[in-house]
Amino acid sequence: MDPILEGLIKAFWLLVSFDPEVYGIMFLTLRVSGIAVILGAILGVPTGATVALREFAGKRFFISMVNTMMGLPPVVVGLFVYLLLSSSGPLGPLQLLYTPTAMIIAQLTIAAPIVVGVTLSAVGSVDKAIRDKALSLGATRFQLTLTILKESRLGLVTAVILAFGAAVSEVGAVMIVGGNIRWATRVLTTAIVFETELGEFSVAIALGIILLLLAFIINWLLTQMQWSGLRR
Amino acid sequence: MTLIQVENLTKVYGEKIALRNIDLKIDRGDYFAVVGPSGAGKTTFLRLLDLLDEPSSGRILFDGIDTACPEEERLALRRKIGMVFQQNVMLNASVYENLAYPLRIRGMRNKIDARVNETLQLVGLTGFERRRALTLSGGEMQRVSLAQALVFEPSVLLLDEPTANLDPRNVSIIERIVSEVNRNEGATVVMATHDIAQAENTASKVAILREGSLVEAGDVGQVFSKPSEFLATFAGLWNAYPGDAVLVEDGLAVVDLGDDIRIEAATRKKGKVTVFIRPEDILLSTSPIQSSARNILKGIVTEIFDLDQLVQLKVNVGKEFAVVITKKSFKHLKLNLESQVYLTFKASSIRVL
Repeated sequence: MDPILEGLIKAFWLLVSFDPEVYGIMFLTLRVSGIAVILGAILGVPTGATVALREFAGKRFFISMVNTMMGLPPVVVGLFVYLLLSSSGPLGPLQLLYTPTAMIIAQLTIAAPIVVGVTLSAVGSVDKAIRDKALSLGATRFQLTLTILKESRLGLVTAVILAFGAAVSEVGAVMIVGGNIRWATRVLTTAIVFETELGEFSVAIALGIILLLLAFIINWLLTQMQWSGLRR
Repeated sequence: MTLIQVENLTKVYGEKIALRNIDLKIDRGDYFAVVGPSGAGKTTFLRLLDLLDEPSSGRILFDGIDTACPEEERLALRRKIGMVFQQNVMLNASVYENLAYPLRIRGMRNKIDARVNETLQLVGLTGFERRRALTLSGGEMQRVSLAQALVFEPSVLLLDEPTANLDPRNVSIIERIVSEVNRNEGATVVMATHDIAQAENTASKVAILREGSLVEAGDVGQVFSKPSEFLATFAGLWNAYPGDAVLVEDGLAVVDLGDDIRIEAATRKKGKVTVFIRPEDILLSTSPIQSSARNILKGIVTEIFDLDQLVQLKVNVGKEFAVVITKKSFKHLKLNLESQVYLTFKASSIRVL
């Protein structure tokens, strides 16, 4: 049978039969990428907004750095986090290597610059006249920042969408720091690599389809949020 | 009683001096117009009054308090000032939310409903609460901007060209609301405009700015009755010519403008003078008319400009005179370039310096 068709049927079967291993992998994928993106947003949105709204020496250098880091190769991030967490590394005593926490740290390193970068441009592109208006109407600096974040909400959701897409789809970093250990650190992308290497193409395709479905559902929810926010 | 005192105020942007050594007093309850062509420094001046920018030198006292104070105190002062900007921007939210915003950031939550309703009624936009502000027309948006600046009951209202680019109906609505707020609620109004007629019709006091400097300031009646040369040539609206005046009887002089033009002017001045004739004060006709007016000049139409509801013509009578008539009259007289016309104006409508 055609491996793609076979993969489709397999994906459907794995989902409806509530295959415990596949569901375990799915939930770990969601947990790792979800936490990484949420932490990335918590750190990245205020950082991006602060940098966009303030003038300081080295601002352009910082922005160039962020823009470069938005395109960090996940393998390089994986290598870097591996060295950090390996038993001879500075964080070695925490014994985090080959745990989901290590994978979250790696994906956070990938997601955060994306959130910072997109927030920077979203906040920076809010009309300066809006700032004047908010100040003139009596906003404090903090209220002004909140107002501008609210005005750029469309861009902020875009930042989260892009960061989640980058995190959930990368394989290099989680492979290196997670190790693709069955029942422990195996996520959808590393499972696909593994099944492909075994020649289990239909399983690999099934997992690929599940990954796409998952990404679509999350993005659909975020897009709903984005456009209902726009109308408000 | 002085509310805003401006002392030796200068603002420099990079190389450009936007305002130069301005001294001005604005009293509580004044309707103050700041008049000047674009680039004169009007916006810069209003931004400084709104405490959005800081002066390069000089100072602004608000109710006796020096505004070069810590940001917290500046915020408290700024919260007493409402400003309508020339560029119309709205928060991406409903009209109601846009009006609630200034109250919400002041922590006046319990007043929001009542004040928003009152203010919407004042600007004639009751029923617009749920509309998204960004979908409004230019005139409606400007009225929402005005409502935003009024909703927190400011003691000073700053207006930067509030009616530029608006249709006549919205212009008169905005002028009426501002006058009401000034009269009924005692709000001090400072309005920047390039339109002398608007300043003359609405304001009680006026300051004239040119290239960042204060040319003159005072009561509207005073400033406009003795026009300075700048005011006369301002925006090309006045006809200003040098000439030689000879008194023919007490209070009446014949002024020789050269090019065979002699006009009679009500003045006691003689010798070298400058005469000013407002384009609106000149009657235009296609045949000579019988009237009490002492001056009738024959000429040829050389230029026609469309000014919205008005038409401005240049008529060569030996010298070029600018004349403003309504579009209706223009059509009625069937005027074209090269049309022969008569200019009629009273000796008493001429200002002589």
